[in-house]
Amino acid sequence: MTTGTPQIAVTRDAAPPRPGWHVALVRPEAMTLVLLIIGIFAGSQLSEFFLDINYILKSFTISAEFAIVALVLTMVIIAGEIDLSPAASMALSACLFAWAQDAGLGMPLAIAVGLGAGLLMGLFNGVMVIALQLPSIIVTIGTLILYRGLAQVIAGDKSIRVPDWFIGIDKIMVAGIPLPVVIFVVLSLLLGLVLGMTIFGRQIYLIGTNEEAAKHVGIRTRRIKMTLFIMMGLASAVAGLMTASRLGSVRYDLGLGGELQMVLMAMLGGTYIFGGRGTILGTFLAAWLLVIVSTGMIVANVLPAWQLCVLGVLLIVSIIATNFIYSRTQR
Amino acid sequence: MTALGHILRRREAGIALMIVIFCLAVGAYKPQFLTLDSARIILLLTPLIMIGAMGQMLVILARHVDLSMGSMMALAAMASGMMFRYAPDIWWPLGFVLSIGVGMALGLVNGLLVTVFRLPAIIVTLGTLNLYRGLTFIMSDAKQIDRQYVPSALKAMSQTSPILGIPWIIFMSFGVALLTWWFVMHTRLGRQIYALGSNPVAAPLRGIDVTRVTLIVFAISGALSGLAGIMYASRWGFVNPSNTGSGFEFQVIAAVVIGGVSINGGVGTVLGTVLGVLLLGCVAAALPLLGIPGTTQNAIYGSVILAALLIDRLVRLQGQRSMLKGARI
Amino acid sequence: MLKKSMLLGLATSLVLGGAALAQDPLKIVYIGKNTGNPYFDSITGGFVDACASLGCEFEFVAPATAEATSQIPFIEAQIQRGVNVIAIAPNSPDALNQVLEDAKSKGILVLTVNGDVTGNEDKRDASILPVNFDIVGRDQVEMVGSLIGYEGEIAILSATTEAPDQNKWIVGMNETLKSDPKYAKMTLVATVYGDDQPEKSTAEMEALLANFPNLRGVIAPTTVGIAAAAQVVQSRGLAETVKVTGLGLPSEMRDFVKDGTVTAFQLWSPYNQGWLAAHFAKGVLEGTIKNEVGGTFEVPNLGTITINANNMINTQAELTTFNAENIDNFDF
Repeated sequence: MTTGTPQIAVTRDAAPPRPGWHVALVRPEAMTLVLLIIGIFAGSQLSEFFLDINYILKSFTISAEFAIVALVLTMVIIAGEIDLSPAASMALSACLFAWAQDAGLGMPLAIAVGLGAGLLMGLFNGVMVIALQLPSIIVTIGTLILYRGLAQVIAGDKSIRVPDWFIGIDKIMVAGIPLPVVIFVVLSLLLGLVLGMTIFGRQIYLIGTNEEAAKHVGIRTRRIKMTLFIMMGLASAVAGLMTASRLGSVRYDLGLGGELQMVLMAMLGGTYIFGGRGTILGTFLAAWLLVIVSTGMIVANVLPAWQLCVLGVLLIVSIIATNFIYSRTQR
Repeated sequence: MTALGHILRRREAGIALMIVIFCLAVGAYKPQFLTLDSARIILLLTPLIMIGAMGQMLVILARHVDLSMGSMMALAAMASGMMFRYAPDIWWPLGFVLSIGVGMALGLVNGLLVTVFRLPAIIVTLGTLNLYRGLTFIMSDAKQIDRQYVPSALKAMSQTSPILGIPWIIFMSFGVALLTWWFVMHTRLGRQIYALGSNPVAAPLRGIDVTRVTLIVFAISGALSGLAGIMYASRWGFVNPSNTGSGFEFQVIAAVVIGGVSINGGVGTVLGTVLGVLLLGCVAAALPLLGIPGTTQNAIYGSVILAALLIDRLVRLQGQRSMLKGARI
Repeated sequence: MLKKSMLLGLATSLVLGGAALAQDPLKIVYIGKNTGNPYFDSITGGFVDACASLGCEFEFVAPATAEATSQIPFIEAQIQRGVNVIAIAPNSPDALNQVLEDAKSKGILVLTVNGDVTGNEDKRDASILPVNFDIVGRDQVEMVGSLIGYEGEIAILSATTEAPDQNKWIVGMNETLKSDPKYAKMTLVATVYGDDQPEKSTAEMEALLANFPNLRGVIAPTTVGIAAAAQVVQSRGLAETVKVTGLGLPSEMRDFVKDGTVTAFQLWSPYNQGWLAAHFAKGVLEGTIKNEVGGTFEVPNLGTITINANNMINTQAELTTFNAENIDNFDF
């Protein structure tokens, strides 16, 4: 390591390299995994009806749509932005889809309408945030209200039925696992690979860590962020259609409050709210954690009051642990 | 540049202008909107948000955010509500002490989590939003405090007062705004909040005790949420563990942001926040008057918020352009 | 051969008889719209007392918020718990379709209590309603008419735009106003929606007063709406000119009645609904009551109850009117 060049300033000794097992195990996702295991154990103690794999899978399908969008949301947050409008996008896409097929446009066209709407909504968010440089949290709060309101204008106070053959996506089983869960797992693998292995993924982390520096090294931050917002719109549209299939009808209040659940999944998975850190694996585990915890409490007839408390404490504990692990492993 | 020019260039002028334009537009269609009666209606729709907005403004100025205001409001309101119910002979103004105290304690918990554990406020308060709401349910056994238990004197505060018949609650909300204005303008602590928010890294180097200022800011936010809580009981005559304060934090944040407070901290004025609250109040009062169906009202709300942001952005861009051109302002 | 079959027959009847004797108590669950809602506490009271006297097990659960889909995980959980009866106050007419079908397919008796899944009645076995919803509109119009001298402008302040119960009653109100000459001098000038929120209901009420200065009466068939409207009238001192009525809880309206802001309003007995539902459920599952349209059955304290079209059951025939004379007799 030594050459003839004089050493000028040695700031401090580098920390000794961490052993491989340390890197693999001591990370925020491990905390999520530990909480998940504790949750499963607690659930089994609270109620004899809990440890039924079919029941747990069935419960997951109810949250699967949100979980799928939460995966893309994780990437958005890592890049330093946030999107609070996906649940409203789900509703608007679903309403447009349902209205289109109800008006006789034929299923393929109706689906295209729904997906296209999602794309446009993602585009709109992206333009407001990137081109107009407005803070994403405020923009997406505004579009959250706007999209939900538009869904109300389109669907009014009524439900729009979807054709019978479209209903029941959660009843389709792949090797005994409901289709929505399978979609979630497959998407997690896909996005996990994209985020962890591709240049696109690396760049997302860099943008989130320091956008200015990223720009200076030539990363096309605006293009990448826009891509992410559009992906959010598309994912929301797909999730909206999946929900329409599961419920059998579409109302303007589809997925109401879902954005909070999605953010929770990302946070519990160790994603840092200010960007730069987070993994798909974390969000994947966190989605299961949320489902396990809420299902465990519901099937034990625990009062909603306690469920809220547990959720709140869970979030705080998880974030404390995540921060602790990060500060210990980054030196 | 004349003094008038200076005034017009400011952010607050933009909001004031929006309010005037909006009211005139609505008034052209429905003249009843421009009456004193209508002003009273608008003012009565806003006091709780006004009180909350002052607390939220301070938190956002310090580059944090408080999502738990609604739940703190509910818990504080329920505490007083239960006191009124189980100790009906107690001197009712004690409810103020209790609610504000409870709120302040809850706010301090938020502050401690943020400072001691160095957690992002948005997540901490997301957690406490759920935790405090859950505690409200548990404490009240999921039962609401009915109208008959809320002291009539408390309810009267939202109905009238000896001063021109304007309800006490309106004086209270503007009083809180005035106090906040004095606090940020004329106390060292107030100035420190701005400094902390605009540059948290440099703040300790400037002699600002970051921990102390942060704790105080969250404590104030909690205390004001508590005040809003007991005023909820006054305004509506009941406390419900599920509905009281639900969604409150989002209305408050919308008002604060429309009022020109930057989400990145360090920028914003009390006047702007007051105008932001009033603008939302005008919109809330105008929509039913115009007969706009409930189904479209939310779409309009979202558009108003986005429009306000856009205008703010354009105004700021304009300001930057003039600066870059070297224009003297 | 004969001996063997006799032995088999004896064994079988012993087992069956033993099973009948050792039958588990019926498990009934009532899923409310949301927690913290005083109205459902009353219905639950009826359930609890009935189950105590009938020997059933009863639980009340409810989601934290009253969104359309918030009850789905609860229904799934109750199916998983193996309850025999799911009674529910539905938050949505059709969001629960799939999950209720699931429940029925597992042999669970599905009852909607206090509301119905309009348009999807085949997803539930029967509906226990507080009163015949067809007469509510008519009776509320009569109520407001009697307060304003059957002449003048009236308005309706409802809950959410999609609330099926309120919408049904509003249809009834419109029909009554159009068809009955008794109300010919009354005009319905507006129907507004307060979304069951005090702030919105207040804003809508204020708008009504501002838009229609000659308004004489307001019908608010929702407990949040009538309280908000009454409060507006009280704070503006308009009790003489604007008459507020509708459906309200005695506990919430007591103050307004005592100080004269509200002269009279109506409702029913939530408690009786729970009482009836529990008795009905037990009867159907044990075979003593036949869930058939047109049939009747007896319920202690309530008399003979008829099963109407679409398996709808009305707990009482007419609305109960509350006014200054009787308001202290009720504790809900």
